[in-house]
Amino acid sequence: MPTRISLQREDFDVAAEAAALARGRTDIGALVTFTGICRGAEAGAPIAALTLEHYPGMAEAEIARHVEEANARWPLLGVTVIHRYGRIAPGENIVLVLTASSHREAAFAAAEFLMDYLKTRAPFWKQVESASGKTWIEAKDVDETAASRWHKPAGREAAE
Amino acid sequence: MKLVYFAWVRERVGKAEEELVPPPQIKTVAELVSWLKGRGEEYAHAFEQHKSIRAAIDRSHVKPDAAIAGAREIAFFPPMTGG
Repeated sequence: MPTRISLQREDFDVAAEAAALARGRTDIGALVTFTGICRGAEAGAPIAALTLEHYPGMAEAEIARHVEEANARWPLLGVTVIHRYGRIAPGENIVLVLTASSHREAAFAAAEFLMDYLKTRAPFWKQVESASGKTWIEAKDVDETAASRWHKPAGREAAE
Repeated sequence: MKLVYFAWVRERVGKAEEELVPPPQIKTVAELVSWLKGRGEEYAHAFEQHKSIRAAIDRSHVKPDAAIAGAREIAFFPPMTGG
């Protein structure tokens, strides 16, 4: 399966990435595009920017592991994951997940699966810059809950 | 072994990475954390909420009872907030 994983400081072009994934293909019937964007407010207070720190090496490896897992679960025909790091202003892109399949169910499910895991397992940390200084964003239980719904059937889970 | 720190763990320890040789009786990640806490105030502060700190050995997530024998790089960081 064609896979593209990129960690980068620079912005990405969603349309160009989608076109690149589908170019020359006639087997793809569904392409899901998810873009995570920096909000201008966090917990009701305006922010100046986010700074994303990551663990180079491990971040790529974690994303690759989850792309492989998605590919084992659903009949995917292509995946692109781009995650930015560094300083990101409100309105700018943070993360892109593209999943292609012959039908939409697999593409939608795989994109959600990848995003849920990116939020809870990929080593990235967001720091908020606002008028009151810099603070690290705390992990949300709701993200853990979202990721846990993809856990494997009871047999294997019990052994872990 | 190389220890690396991220986000507020890095800020509290005051460095991004360091080379340390823990004593041989330190066998697990949890024991390593206890040992680090005894190395100074900055470590005690960084690891005071040790239950919320995650660890990775050679770039794979591990639990506190994971053995550290043979590890080249051990990372400590807060719960992740990417995506």
